[in-house]
Amino acid sequence: MSTFVNTDPSAFHGVWVFCEQRGGELMPTDFELLSEGRKLADDLGVELCGVLLGDNVEGLVPQLGGYGADRVYVCQDPALKDYTTDAYTKVICDIVMDKKPEIFLIGATNIGRDLGPRCAARLHTGLTADCTSLVVDTAKYKEFLKSTSTLDVDGMKWDMEDKGLKMTRPAFCGHLMATIICPRFRPQMSTVRPGVMKCAEFDQAKADACKTELYPVSLCDSDLRTKVLEVVKEAKDTVDLIGAEVIVAVGYGISKDPQVGLDLAQKMADALGGVVGASRAAVDAGWVGADQQVGQTGKTVRPSLYIALGISGAIQHKAGMEDSECIIAVNSNSSAPIFEVADYGICGDLFQVVPEMIDVLTNK
Amino acid sequence: MILSEKHQMMRKLYRQFAQTEFTDELLDRLEETGEFDWDIHKLMAKYGFMGVKIPVEYGGQGGDSLAYALMIEEFARVSPVLSIYANTSNSLGAGPLLFCGTEEQKRKYVEPVAKGEKILVFALTEPGAGTDAGGTLTTAVADGDYFVLNGRKTFISGAPMADYAVVYAKTDPTQRGSRGISMFIVDMKLPGVSCGKPEAKMGIKGYPTSDLILENVRVHKSDLLGPLHKGFATAMKTLDGGRLGMAAQAVGIAQGCLDEAIKYAKERKQFGKPIASFQGISFMIADMATEIEAARQLVYSTAVRKDAGDPEASKLCAMSKLFAGEMCNRVAYKAVQIHGGYGYIKEYKVERFYRDARITTIYEGTSQVQQMVISGNLLK
Amino acid sequence: MKFIVCVKQVPDTSGKVAVKADGTMDRASMAAITNPDDLNAVEAALALKDQNPDAKVVLVSMGPPPAAAMLRELLAMGCDEAILVSGREFGGSDTFATSQILAGAIHHLGLEQDDIIFCGRQAIDGDTAQVGPQIAEKLDIPQISYVADLKLEGTTVTAKRMLEDGYMTVQTQTPCLVTCIKELNQPRYMTVKGILECDQKPYQVYDFNTLKDEPLIELDTIGLKGSPTNVYKSFSPPIKGAGVMLEGSGRETVEKLFATLEEKHII
Repeated sequence: MSTFVNTDPSAFHGVWVFCEQRGGELMPTDFELLSEGRKLADDLGVELCGVLLGDNVEGLVPQLGGYGADRVYVCQDPALKDYTTDAYTKVICDIVMDKKPEIFLIGATNIGRDLGPRCAARLHTGLTADCTSLVVDTAKYKEFLKSTSTLDVDGMKWDMEDKGLKMTRPAFCGHLMATIICPRFRPQMSTVRPGVMKCAEFDQAKADACKTELYPVSLCDSDLRTKVLEVVKEAKDTVDLIGAEVIVAVGYGISKDPQVGLDLAQKMADALGGVVGASRAAVDAGWVGADQQVGQTGKTVRPSLYIALGISGAIQHKAGMEDSECIIAVNSNSSAPIFEVADYGICGDLFQVVPEMIDVLTNK
Repeated sequence: MILSEKHQMMRKLYRQFAQTEFTDELLDRLEETGEFDWDIHKLMAKYGFMGVKIPVEYGGQGGDSLAYALMIEEFARVSPVLSIYANTSNSLGAGPLLFCGTEEQKRKYVEPVAKGEKILVFALTEPGAGTDAGGTLTTAVADGDYFVLNGRKTFISGAPMADYAVVYAKTDPTQRGSRGISMFIVDMKLPGVSCGKPEAKMGIKGYPTSDLILENVRVHKSDLLGPLHKGFATAMKTLDGGRLGMAAQAVGIAQGCLDEAIKYAKERKQFGKPIASFQGISFMIADMATEIEAARQLVYSTAVRKDAGDPEASKLCAMSKLFAGEMCNRVAYKAVQIHGGYGYIKEYKVERFYRDARITTIYEGTSQVQQMVISGNLLK
Repeated sequence: MKFIVCVKQVPDTSGKVAVKADGTMDRASMAAITNPDDLNAVEAALALKDQNPDAKVVLVSMGPPPAAAMLRELLAMGCDEAILVSGREFGGSDTFATSQILAGAIHHLGLEQDDIIFCGRQAIDGDTAQVGPQIAEKLDIPQISYVADLKLEGTTVTAKRMLEDGYMTVQTQTPCLVTCIKELNQPRYMTVKGILECDQKPYQVYDFNTLKDEPLIELDTIGLKGSPTNVYKSFSPPIKGAGVMLEGSGRETVEKLFATLEEKHII
């Protein structure tokens, strides 16, 4: 390990993506990261490589190729079947030290956030967590800043030749954005929030062209200090309003047909990975349980997306949800107070609008 | 008064505990059923709140009167009734025992009370004797190693759940007025002890209050508390501490009312703007906050002076209770007024605060009794 | 046996977050709290101490001197000792640098065969979740992150490690490091007795001089200058404007709405 010198950027080439698999299935973040990594690799004029660890997983390579990988290093061993910190860190650090990529991206899943920091510490380099934007080209970074910040971009001095990775991430619950660089050490590492990067179209030609490179695994017992006793998959179905990222809430506006209204809300919530909430009026009417009530006498919520269906927006309700990051309101009354706090309002009958919304969402 | 870092930490602890554990669901249940909630009692006991002011050697937390007052205030700010849960053991319950109990009595009774394993209540008031202890009709007659108690105590807070009661009884009928009264620790399981039906109260629901009936109850002489025939002086000393606690409760309730009033005044809109922007409302809020702060400072400084052995402590405790109790009712009135019609319906917290506030000028000595104590001190 | 808990004092971001004109956080205007996940780590250690009364719970925190107030609160909850790692030289450290310093402090304190190190999953001021695993790497001990349930039998630690779509049951041996999530437990409160006694508990400050010769700390990769990562630019996201009333309520409107949401990464 001590022979690994990483202070000379010119010795490091290529963009790498850690391709996470669970139970032999690739994670959606793999495709998102490869799609994003492709752009970086193109801007740098280098190869995009995936690193795939597991047991008998080389069959997954074409999928990775289809999203942009030029080459995939495959490390196979029964000890790599399920993720363990020790085994994965050892194998990844061995290959990184050998092949020396300049950029190494990891999905910020619960596994990626366990693996990334451990690898970065061993590789003696920096790691930027939960990035939402990655740019190497300075001109592109300037464009990015112009569209997302209030900074005087043109009034600043720029080194247009700089090809260092500019990793932008939110801090303090999104109240502040910071762009982080790692100038002295290689690889430049970052974990990337799942769902943030856009997935490219699957390209069969690229899938066919993708090179598989089996990389030998050298693991001994002393490398494996943690044992996985079992892996359990479980579906979540409890309503957790407080922790929910997306809430679809119904109000008295569903009174025309409460059951249908609720079904619609549930379908929309399912489509967005969210949960169903309600205003006091809907709870009082007995359509929804009291634990789902949002508002002053219910729960105070701050989801990233709050969709209010047929909720007029009494103060008592607004007090519980107005700090949501984005609020969408659908109401047939154009002067309903809910529109005062909404980022986007649609004036219309929810029984007509919501089925359209679900349709658009599910056919995306 | 500037609180020490320790007292600030305590206040933070009490506030966090009350805000987290005194859930709306729990408060609604207490209100609806009127029944004692053993779960929250046990949780409060686990954190030592029952013995905040009881010395560490008797299983308590070793805090001072200010530590106790801060607790009652912060608990009452969220739930007046739950502040009572942690009150009795620290004031009227363990108070008389700590004042004049023997070492054996302290070990036997104070420790489990401090830890919340047992509930001890204070039984002074009778149908014909509240403020006027001279009218005490409960009697205790010596019979060998025992005293035989007979009588009826009334409005005994916590009696239905109690394990023990400190009972005041006339032991020397030849002495008049408050003299000739002794204190006994009565095990509620003794034959002849019973409780009346819990009263249906205006507020403070969830902490049952009932009569305590004594019919030929044989209490061993080892459970005589303090000197024979001289129990009333101890009762008076205990009442000082209790009054301080109830003054703190009044401050807490008033603060809870103010919190709600401010929140509502900022949210509620009339004529196109929040009602907080109207002077009729904002000046009420200014007055409420000022009165609360005055009462709070009186309570805190009284707590410190009481612990320092200030000879004026008794008067100051009465002043605290008088001022804070009356202030609390003025503030609760305004809080409901600011809420308008919503303040009159149960969904809004001020409705409950308003009813709970009413007791603060009544129990542990009415405002008029406090005035008697204060003026008696000034005009002696 | 020691249960070492790494804790951090952070600004309370649950309320309004204040940002200064230069785009940095106005920490002075925000209340300082114990990082929420770290409280779960403290509780996990205290709960294990309840079962192993001979064990000591030792707090280690890196931060400026005001962090002492947080440590006193944690001592008042029942922790036994506290160490504050504090020095100008450490200021501005990124996760790599911070974990080196904390690992150095733990090494200085002495890590024994039956010790466990507890960390919160992540701190709310950075949300990186990196320091815990990096401390484990520096100390060359195994780690289990995202722990929602924990059992210690002898020197065997068995943990329920949460994944997005389920969990793993993982086993390892002490000494090890675990990072705790809020599902693990409900942190206890302080007690009045604990508050009154917290000043009598052992409390030490490790400054630069205490740790400068620690083998785990490289002096050229700590602090603001030494950290491998640097802030290149920082900025506030554009302020939320007034809401938009969309025209119409048909399919076109809905499609436009979701396209906008997607563009803004809201969905």
